[in-house]
Amino acid sequence: MVVYGVFSILPFDPAALTCGQKCTPQVIEANRIKLGFDKPLWEQYWLFLSGIFVGRTYGAGSAEFSCPAPSFGYSFNENMCVTDMLKEALPITVNLAIGAFVIWMVVGVGLGLLAAKFRGRYPDTLSSVFVLLGTSLPTFVTGLFLLVYVSIKWKIVPLSLEGYKSLFDDPLGYFRYFILGWITLAIAYAAFYTRFTRATVLETLGEDYIRTARAKGLTERVVLLKHTMRAVLAPITTSAGLDIAGLIGGAIITESILNLGGLGRMTIQAVYEFDLSVVVATTMLAAAVVITMNLIVDIAYGYLDPRVRMK
Amino acid sequence: MKNLLEIKDLKVTFPTDDGFVHAVDGVSISVAPGETVAIVGESGSGKTVTSLSVIGLHNRRVTQISGSIIVNDKNESLDIVTAPLDKIRSYRGRVVSMIFQDPMSSLHPYYRIGSQLAEAYLVHNPGQKEAAHKKAVEMLELVGIPEPQVRAKEYPHQFSGGMRQRVMIAMALMNDPAVLIADEPTTALDVTVQAQILQLLKDLQKKLNMGILLITHDLGVVAQVADRVSVMYAGRIVEQGSVDDIFYSPHAPYTLGLLKSVPRIGAKSSERLKAIPGQPPSLINLPQGCAFAPRCEYISLAPSGACESLKPELLGSKDEHKSRCHVPEGMRDKTFAAEIKGARA
Amino acid sequence: MSTPLLSVRNLQKYFPTSRNVGFRKEKLQVKAVDGISFDLMKGETLGLVGESGCGKTTAGRTILKLIEPTAGQIIFDGKDITKLRPGLMTPLRAQMQIIFQDPFSALNPRQTVGKIIAAPFEIQKVTPEGGVKKEVAALMERVGLNPEHYNRYPHEFSGGQRQRIGIARAIALKPKLIVADEPVSALDVSIQAQVINLIDDLQKADGISIVFIAHDLSVVQHISDRVAVMYLGKIMEIAKTEDLFSAPHHPYTTALLSAVPQPDPRSERSRERIILKGDLPSPINPPAGCVFNTRCWKAQDICRTKTPELLTVGKSQVACHFPE
Repeated sequence: MVVYGVFSILPFDPAALTCGQKCTPQVIEANRIKLGFDKPLWEQYWLFLSGIFVGRTYGAGSAEFSCPAPSFGYSFNENMCVTDMLKEALPITVNLAIGAFVIWMVVGVGLGLLAAKFRGRYPDTLSSVFVLLGTSLPTFVTGLFLLVYVSIKWKIVPLSLEGYKSLFDDPLGYFRYFILGWITLAIAYAAFYTRFTRATVLETLGEDYIRTARAKGLTERVVLLKHTMRAVLAPITTSAGLDIAGLIGGAIITESILNLGGLGRMTIQAVYEFDLSVVVATTMLAAAVVITMNLIVDIAYGYLDPRVRMK
Repeated sequence: MKNLLEIKDLKVTFPTDDGFVHAVDGVSISVAPGETVAIVGESGSGKTVTSLSVIGLHNRRVTQISGSIIVNDKNESLDIVTAPLDKIRSYRGRVVSMIFQDPMSSLHPYYRIGSQLAEAYLVHNPGQKEAAHKKAVEMLELVGIPEPQVRAKEYPHQFSGGMRQRVMIAMALMNDPAVLIADEPTTALDVTVQAQILQLLKDLQKKLNMGILLITHDLGVVAQVADRVSVMYAGRIVEQGSVDDIFYSPHAPYTLGLLKSVPRIGAKSSERLKAIPGQPPSLINLPQGCAFAPRCEYISLAPSGACESLKPELLGSKDEHKSRCHVPEGMRDKTFAAEIKGARA
Repeated sequence: MSTPLLSVRNLQKYFPTSRNVGFRKEKLQVKAVDGISFDLMKGETLGLVGESGCGKTTAGRTILKLIEPTAGQIIFDGKDITKLRPGLMTPLRAQMQIIFQDPFSALNPRQTVGKIIAAPFEIQKVTPEGGVKKEVAALMERVGLNPEHYNRYPHEFSGGQRQRIGIARAIALKPKLIVADEPVSALDVSIQAQVINLIDDLQKADGISIVFIAHDLSVVQHISDRVAVMYLGKIMEIAKTEDLFSAPHHPYTTALLSAVPQPDPRSERSRERIILKGDLPSPINPPAGCVFNTRCWKAQDICRTKTPELLTVGKSQVACHFPE
């Protein structure tokens, strides 16, 4: 709804953008009617919403076409139903997010654990250097850097323009396509998780129940990996869940720089081109993912922290 | 019969930003089977550091420790000071167990009680899951938790403070230890709950014939459960003897000072408490002579200059009752006796 | 001339809380203080004892209106202050002060000791004779601190000394009433005696009335003129100190006294102890009738249904259907 509101204020004529340079006023007018831009704004909104459930038909008579349910509208820039666009872009973003997630969790939590265990010694110092770099380098810098060196100069990974390859069809192609994106995202997030894990582990190690565990005769390894990590799991899960939810909404910068056809790139292009339907669709999708993830994380927290359950 | 625990000349030092802290300065204590030995002292006396050293829970990288701590059990024994860490771990929770002050935070909040108890057993008897859980329920019953099978599946936050301390005790006794170290076990509990817990410890001790090393600052608790007492001040034992010796014929000025300054129910409340003036010394810059000298009112009775310059030795006419003071024992007996009578009127 | 300085009647403080039952939120009340009444005379020390959850700390703060009472009446120095708004309470606060339990957190670590003790004068806009600085120095001496240390910060002092700072701050405006909330519980034994003596001396010299909250019965016995025993938000027994300790009438008082260990091994060995069974009930759902009935060995049917009033038994006031 907010998106619709913003768009209605913007000074442009959506119909005028429907065709390229060879537009004539008649075509514009025809398109206006065809795409329903002549109707009042609230009607457009209603049509959009209902379209999600029942599909939507554009135009009239012989020029009719429709986007079947669930319809998120039609992008005249791409000349496709938005739903189809989503179908193309979503797997890319999801793969990007999940791959990066796995990498950053393993690296981040692992490094954080090492830093906590060897506090003050060299693993700790090294990890804080890493944290510093990861936190200060924005994704566009990392992304560009990797692109320039790895792709262009060293030619390890091709400048991917072949498009997306599924893992099952072409594993090598799959990795080559995603690896730079994964690394770019992972560095930033891993830095956060290293710091977060380290702090939480150190805090937990000072707790009385860890002292009790040692007094029982448990080895340091068990104390750290079982008792401490169990306590650290809850806050990390909450954080991780929300982070990945946000990423599924589309890692705009990374995708744009590395030319990955995911939701992020789709969204930003749509914004530049005033492609209302697309923007609304991706916003809604992102919001839905975040809300769902919030719910999942809340429920998970109840399992992880029994004290919360009883309430 | 061998002593279950023999601490000989224990010295513990660790560095801080301001210098080396001499937390424990030559402490010797022994605990026999079925006996409760109390270490009494205030903050900074070294009692907690002593107790942690017995199961090797001090910070190994920075702490310097010397002397010997020998634990004897049925047919094995170990010197904790020189033993390698894995050997010490095999003794922890099995031959020597420890319970701590705050039961609220001493149990892992995310694991069920039964599992935590069973773990204590499994660490030393790996692979016997069923036996471990069975024993866990038995121990819960032994410490007086009603409906133990049901409660074993619950989490710590579902128990009250007194119950949690019972659970801690059950956990400490899972492997039938020879010695139980209890570091201020009832300080955080209400007085009616304290009475329950102390009674429980006494009962269990009788059943299992274990030795208890009790750390506390509360003289009432000492009087209630201890057989023998070591009074610590500034890292050293200033008096050691049976509980009757300590309370009825104290030989150290500090002990006497403590006894006089504690309010008692039944005493004439109109009288002012006889407080010990001043404060405990810093453990970094210990005074050259007797650590208690700056606060002691009996200096005049000692040979001139001795208290300020010479550290007194732990001596006594009776082997079982020793104290540190330059004032001759006979004189102390006379002077203190009058004071003690006055304090208990 | 015996109008009490402080009169408390049926004081209640309930704290709202909630619990999730399925998808609903159930509104509950924590009945911290559930109808207590007592008088405090000028220059008298009333000990308020009880175990955790009995409501004594809440009672202390509610009396001073640091917490707003839910119901009941507080009459201080002839004035009904129960409903007095915070703005109108300010001038009265010079007369009613508090000493806190934790000497470490009761003082602002960023202020010098001098500033901390001078704060009451600033807040009440009062300038003592001879100036604030002189008065602060005099106060520091009175509590046994070296006045030359007025520029030092709290962390440079020991626990006992910090408590003395708190006391100096409390007596700065020469209050008529001080609520001392466990003032010695966090101190070492040898320091406790010093601070207890100090409070005792100051009280006798200035005629301050004190509500002394503590869980340590020995300390309370030493310093109080009268003692009130609380349990689950209610007063079980009030009596003169000698009477309460030598001849307790309420079963809970008896149990409490029986539980306190005394530094006397022979008497400890021969003592008969009453060990209370069961756990402390929750103040959200206190037992019906007499709140102590779930753990009382004398409980009868009437105890489970009818709440006993605070009635005179001998020289004490007891809330029990079957006083000893």
